[in-house]
Amino acid sequence: MNDSGLRRRRSSGRLRRRAGLTLGLVLVAVWVAAAVLAPLLSPAGPFDQQMEQSFRPPSRAHPFGTDDLGRDVLARVLYGGRITLTLGAGVVAVGSALGLAVGAASGFVGGWTDEVLMRATEVIMAFPSIILAMAIAVALGPGIVNAGLAMVLVWWPPYARLVRGEVLAVKQMEYVEASVALGQTPFGVLWRAILPNVSSSVIVLVTVDLGGAIITGAGLSFLGLGAVPPSPEWGAMVNAGKELYQQWWVATFPGLAMFMVVLGFNFLGDGVRDLLGPGRA
Amino acid sequence: MVTYLLRRLLLSIPPLLGITFVTFLVSHTLPTDMVLINLGDRATQNPELVEAFRRKWGLDRPFLMQYLVYLGHLLRGDLGISIATNRPVLAELWLSLPMTVELATLAMAVAVLVGVGLGVLAAVSRDRVVDYLARALAATGLALPTFWFAILLLLAFYFRLGWAPPPGRLDAGLAPPEAVTGMYLVDSLLRGNVALFVEALAHLILPAAVLATVAVSFITRITRASMLEVLDREYVRVARAKGMPERRVIIRHALRNALIPIITVSGTLYAQLMSGTVMTETIFSLPGLGRYAVSSAGSLDFPAVMGVAFVVGVIYIVINLAVDVLYVFVNPRIRYA
Repeated sequence: MNDSGLRRRRSSGRLRRRAGLTLGLVLVAVWVAAAVLAPLLSPAGPFDQQMEQSFRPPSRAHPFGTDDLGRDVLARVLYGGRITLTLGAGVVAVGSALGLAVGAASGFVGGWTDEVLMRATEVIMAFPSIILAMAIAVALGPGIVNAGLAMVLVWWPPYARLVRGEVLAVKQMEYVEASVALGQTPFGVLWRAILPNVSSSVIVLVTVDLGGAIITGAGLSFLGLGAVPPSPEWGAMVNAGKELYQQWWVATFPGLAMFMVVLGFNFLGDGVRDLLGPGRA
Repeated sequence: MVTYLLRRLLLSIPPLLGITFVTFLVSHTLPTDMVLINLGDRATQNPELVEAFRRKWGLDRPFLMQYLVYLGHLLRGDLGISIATNRPVLAELWLSLPMTVELATLAMAVAVLVGVGLGVLAAVSRDRVVDYLARALAATGLALPTFWFAILLLLAFYFRLGWAPPPGRLDAGLAPPEAVTGMYLVDSLLRGNVALFVEALAHLILPAAVLATVAVSFITRITRASMLEVLDREYVRVARAKGMPERRVIIRHALRNALIPIITVSGTLYAQLMSGTVMTETIFSLPGLGRYAVSSAGSLDFPAVMGVAFVVGVIYIVINLAVDVLYVFVNPRIRYA
């Protein structure tokens, strides 16, 4: 291929990447803003019941219709974002921190610590996350906090594996040697010289991971193991509408919100991976 | 090959033990009171029952002994007694497993065919319309919450259009085929009952489509990436330079060499489908492993949920083993001495 053709392909690639990143950012920003500004945007409270208005199809007064208790579905979708998005983000935040700690300890200390931690990580990864999370959630009892805890317990292993690998690679670098020679404490070496250089791959995994965490969290609520009614959580709302074939709007809109947010996070994740990821074109 | 297989089998023992240890940890330490959770309120009033239960699971002995007792029960196929039905968990799992295997396998077959096809097409027409469409499709599929998508499909194809049968494994009033494998598709064919086969298949199409959609996205992506890498190789250029028809270059030379990552991802996906059926089976009222897990979770039937976790963990290991063995057939350069 000649030079100009190569350049054209590259720039079209960059353009497309930027388009994906922008689309992702917009989708995520819209729904995060909607969740944050729910009290301002919402036409009604998420729990306001108007029994005589139950199961109204979408109209100007209720753009997303109303549910069995005459609650405004739009209001519940807006407020629901607060729960669903917080759960997803919280699980990824705590899970990645836990994985970072395990992975850093494993890679930095090495030896038996490494063996034990990595075998434990593999065992958790050998489980299907949703089933293990379900089992833990059942043991802890339903509730949004317990669902989050159950998810964190199965969410950290990929981070631990990633961080361990990166730490092992970074450990060989000269600046780490320099840091040791300068008389840093082992913890100081890890904290100042190693972890900052591991952060970009963790950030990539976090952004790629968020969509999945949101779906899994909502899924637990859908199964009745997370947020419990009357909480306006998206998965729980889809569950409430799952057999309402006539009143399609009850399940459709919360699911659509989830789909858009996750699509946004996936585009964002792909974009961030292209920007920060190691050598991926 | 035989020695390799043996060694690989031996190597799957540690992860198996690991799985048992996790299920043990969750079931023995997480619930505040294992006796109460397993026996329920009423039975806990009876000191003899409590004593018998504690003795059976070695709860009066040290932690490590408890684990060994637990292992001993597992080895004898004792996964405990379901609280909800009072039947052995293992027997119930055997009843629901075939349904899940049937559904996951059907979905996986469709997903591999469509995903590899789309991925190859996208890679060959890189940065053209087909490529963009395939990638957009993959991105969409990855973002779909399966439980929502399943409901939408039912809404459209069953309720609105009437093309698909209602949720369930067969229409009401139809007798299932005589159980040989427990899989209706297989059993109906074994009996030569084509009408029943078609009926059972019709009921599986929507749920399989739901499961396949997500899997297709992953397979398309990995196939495209793997093909792009291989298409740049010298042997592909040589094959083209020899004047070999493009079709043959792509299938015989490129795709064959791109297969390893595709198989790896497909294996993981197949294992995930076995548990990913949780949502789909619930929505389509299919009595498989997933629905069993959900209904057990709903009634806080703890031994049953742990049983499912254990069985699915074992399935994961078995599929990983199968994938490793498959490598050897696909790529003769991978030899295991």
